Amino acid sequence: MTLWKRLFSSTSAPQARERLQILLSHERQVLGGSDLLSSLREEILAVVAKHVPCEQDNVKVRLERGTPMSILEIEVEVRGNLDIGISKAA
Amino acid sequence: MAKIITVTSGKGGVGKTTTTAAIGAALARTGDKVVVVDFDVGLRNLDLIMGAERRVVYDFVNVIQGDARLPQALIKDKRLDSLFLLPASQTRDKDALTEEGVDKVIGDLSRHFDWVICDSPAGIERGATLAMRHAEIAIVVTNPEVSSVRDSDRIVGILDAKTLKAERGETVDKRLLLTRYDPVRAARGDMLKTEDVLEILSLPLLGIVPESPDVLKASNMGVPVSINDPNSAPARAYHDAALRLKGEDIAMETPRQRLGLFGKFLRRAA
Ligand SMILES: Nc1ncnc2c1ncn2[C@@H]1O[C@H](COP(=O)(O)OP(=O)(O)O)[C@@H](O)[C@H]1O
Ligand SMILES: [Mg+2]
Repeated sequence: MTLWKRLFSSTSAPQARERLQILLSHERQVLGGSDLLSSLREEILAVVAKHVPCEQDNVKVRLERGTPMSILEIEVEVRGNLDIGISKAA
Repeated sequence: MAKIITVTSGKGGVGKTTTTAAIGAALARTGDKVVVVDFDVGLRNLDLIMGAERRVVYDFVNVIQGDARLPQALIKDKRLDSLFLLPASQTRDKDALTEEGVDKVIGDLSRHFDWVICDSPAGIERGATLAMRHAEIAIVVTNPEVSSVRDSDRIVGILDAKTLKAERGETVDKRLLLTRYDPVRAARGDMLKTEDVLEILSLPLLGIVPESPDVLKASNMGVPVSINDPNSAPARAYHDAALRLKGEDIAMETPRQRLGLFGKFLRRAA
């Protein structure tokens, strides 16, 4: 049965699917093709950098397209233990 | 005002020109006024697929450069009264199409037709971005195969960035047309399934066109496949797609494998 299956139902499609999903999530991030992502990134960096030390590479903006909803993921890495002033207020 | 459609894909050889002719003819058969426009400067082929190659006198570039008026360059289809072709130029100068020229011609066409269908060249360069510039609807032609899916994804990104709609902060209505779909290989599991491609690209599905010898036959005769043998499987797929573009709610038919005796035996055994 296994041999039968291997001879007659080679399933390479799942591999194609998996490779594409990995590749495209990467390419969408890097290329995006979109000016939206790079302008978001720049403007977010500008706002954050006004208040805390933050560099270009610390802002990651990712778009996962989907229906009926897309996910815009924004990640900002800030060095050190960030003091957001709660202790002072308390 | 016409609805402007661009047939695009990134990758070459996936079926853009076949689709432009087939959907153009299918829409024209419903009585709508349709013009198909070949943007593949230097490699024009839409004229051949439409069977109009011997009637090309003036082309897109002649019109842009003022050597001919638009009505002189438009070729009326032999079979359908409301179907017209604007052929591409065979010049090797890729810069012959200019942004202003394209804007003017598409603007003029859209005042006189119900549908303007732009056949994009392959690639992501100027020719392709000019072809998509005015698109309200983009038909993203994709084969169920890794490189085609990747290139389609790339094109979707460009449609969202480099079209007039994108510049206005709007989005192009993108529809996936899966072509050269082989039900036998899909059933065997060595071709990406429709659901796989839909999930990866997350675009609404306009139709599924099966791989079929009818396409080659129609192109040999110079007749759009949708009207060459209207009962063939690809013709039906293209007609359904055309009706969906017109807003009709047509049930999606996945091309099914026609099982021969041996196939039936295999399926029972598996
Ligand atoms: N559904 C199909 N079944 C079989 N052959 C097809 C199908 N669609 C396109 N073809 C063939 O594929 C080749 C490329 O098609 P074409 O429409 O010229 O692609 P493109 O314009 O994207 O380069 C042609 O030889 C055409 O006959
Ligand atoms: Mg072509």
